Amino acid sequence: MKTLIKNGTVYLAGKFRKQDIFLDGTQIRNVSSKLEVKADRVIDATGLHVFPGFVDIHAHLRDPGHTYKEDIVSGTKAAAHGGITSVCAMPNTDPVVDNIASVDYVQRRAKDLGSCKVYVIGAMTKKSEGLEISEMATMKSDGIVAVSDDGQCVQDAKIMLNCIRYAQNFDLPVIVHAEDYSLSGKGQIHSGKVSTQLGLPGINALAEEVIIMRDIMLAESTGARLHIAHISTAKSIELVRAAKKRGVHVTCEVTPHHLLLTDEACLSFDTNTKMKPPLRPEKDRQACVQALIDGTIDCIATDHAPHADFEKIKEFDHAPFGIIGFETAFVALYHHLVKPGIVSLERIVEAYSLAPASIMDLPNNEIKKGNPADLTIVDLNGETTIDEDFIFSKSKNTPWMGHTFSGRIKYTIVDGRTTFADIQS
Amino acid sequence: MSDTPQFLGRNVFDLDDYSRAEILYILEAAKGMKEINLREYKKIPTLRGKTICTLFVENSTRTRMSFELAANRLSADVVSFEATVSSLQKGESLQDTVYTLGAMGIDLYCIRHSSPGAPQLVHKYSGKPVINGGDGRHAHPTQALLDIFSIWEKLGSLDGLKITIVGDILNSRVVRSNLIGMRKLGAEVTVCGPRTLMPSGMEDVYGCKVEYNLPRALKDADVVMGLRMQMERMTEGLFPSLEEYSKHYVLSKDTIKYAKKDALIMHPGPMNRGVEILPEIADGKQSIIVEQVANGVAIRMALMFLILGGKA
Repeated sequence: MKTLIKNGTVYLAGKFRKQDIFLDGTQIRNVSSKLEVKADRVIDATGLHVFPGFVDIHAHLRDPGHTYKEDIVSGTKAAAHGGITSVCAMPNTDPVVDNIASVDYVQRRAKDLGSCKVYVIGAMTKKSEGLEISEMATMKSDGIVAVSDDGQCVQDAKIMLNCIRYAQNFDLPVIVHAEDYSLSGKGQIHSGKVSTQLGLPGINALAEEVIIMRDIMLAESTGARLHIAHISTAKSIELVRAAKKRGVHVTCEVTPHHLLLTDEACLSFDTNTKMKPPLRPEKDRQACVQALIDGTIDCIATDHAPHADFEKIKEFDHAPFGIIGFETAFVALYHHLVKPGIVSLERIVEAYSLAPASIMDLPNNEIKKGNPADLTIVDLNGETTIDEDFIFSKSKNTPWMGHTFSGRIKYTIVDGRTTFADIQS
Repeated sequence: MSDTPQFLGRNVFDLDDYSRAEILYILEAAKGMKEINLREYKKIPTLRGKTICTLFVENSTRTRMSFELAANRLSADVVSFEATVSSLQKGESLQDTVYTLGAMGIDLYCIRHSSPGAPQLVHKYSGKPVINGGDGRHAHPTQALLDIFSIWEKLGSLDGLKITIVGDILNSRVVRSNLIGMRKLGAEVTVCGPRTLMPSGMEDVYGCKVEYNLPRALKDADVVMGLRMQMERMTEGLFPSLEEYSKHYVLSKDTIKYAKKDALIMHPGPMNRGVEILPEIADGKQSIIVEQVANGVAIRMALMFLILGGKA
């Protein structure tokens, strides 16, 4: 299959330029200002932007075990719908992905039936119980790209140190979900004015900050790689900024919801504002945006966490934590950060396409000859309304239900194959 | 009569939805109801044919009785649904419970639940008005209204009054609703308790004063309200012992002298005598604790009457 993408505004080496792109099979064959080649099909990208495919390194596909929430088919379809070409799947499924049989299962299902590439993150400890190191090296030889106990946090510092050192041995990034349980306790939302007002138990910001400080120090002591998932407070960002200055090999990600929403959203008692880490006050949100701009925050990841309707309609403190993110991420960020001129479009592409691939050592996804044909084509003048019909994910737990955003994903191309095309127009 | 506040079909989730004028209107209505409660035959036919459901997913015999008595005295039919949180989580969800009750033709729900926001859910699923009878640590508007009514009845107005509330502020829904209502009626409120039992941002959220020292908090108070201190806060590591708590925060003859001489003494009950309040104060001349309970029935009658559009 040969595809010619004509006249797009293409992200090339940090800038947008009018280019044609020629895809041959799974690869980009040529990128040039004017290409006249014979192709099986031509995509007229006049007026459209062409990005290196989005890479979401933090997602819960819920497969195996919780396929009523999501499965690999629906999850990757939803990802493609959001312009994502690669996702990294977190291991907190049932069973936990802490062994090669489970790694194989996810990889095989994704390869056979998936609408985007799926890279597997292995559990850092057996069953993510935080007690014994998992067979990381074996799982790595089977293809995992990182280890994490996401959703759980290893509470014992000695065990965490051992995990970090062992992972370092096999050059696996360690992804930490930073949460000290003694401080977060039964907390439901950020501990502050809103939790006081609603009478909901608060999650102290220290629960995140204390673990980030601990893990930075542990990683620093051995020179290992540490990636901090869903960073959310100004203090946490300060800790990372200082660590980077000292040369610690630390990276971090932020979710679209922590960039765009605050704990005031919880005042509605909408359980789709309940997630971990919790939505924070405005000053923390602003710190996240600033850190994304200045590079302290390396990348954007959705923490796509589907939960079924019957779980989320419960009383606030009985509903599970987490929201979906694949299909809202880009348009929400474009609408609220890029369009008003707060963050450049280039920075979003860097943080949502290139940086995440580099952090997880995924194949280089810049738009250039020889690289995989993973592309996202977007109409920035279009718009997207988030409603039940729009969402491809099995679960609809988004705080943005009913919202309309500027920007519309037109095509998602993975290894030269179109995995999503907007047929509406 | 366009200035008359409209209550028909409204919810009472918390007092922030009600203006000063509306709260005062409710107090006047409750005054009328209180008069009925003093009659020999304590019943009027105004809500005949209406069905009120008390939906209690957290134990509270006193509050449920107060709601049921209020409904009975207005001649409404009353049904009670009692469940525990664990049964509701394992079995039928709150949504299905409300669908089931709704099918039986409920006109008004009075709900007590351990989860903040549960009354909003009941309204969402039933489409009927809901009176919040206490949701977790969030709100307890009928308790606040009866507290406010008790003060208003004694002192005529809350404007400029100094009210001090002492105890476990962190876990108290009574405090939160009272702060909203009392502030709307012009009172200055001070909350007092140990730092570990004080939620963050109280001043900003409610415009109240925060004190950690009891004598300072009580200074010149017109009204003093104690709150129930629960043993389980000790096992949660929030304070070391009831004895030590009592030494610093008990309402006694010794401590109450910092307040105004004739200050009203209140407590939402149930009391831990000897922990947050001594009998010498609870049963003393200034105490209106027992009257609060009586006023609770009147306030709940007034709300039911106004919301269901009873005929005067």
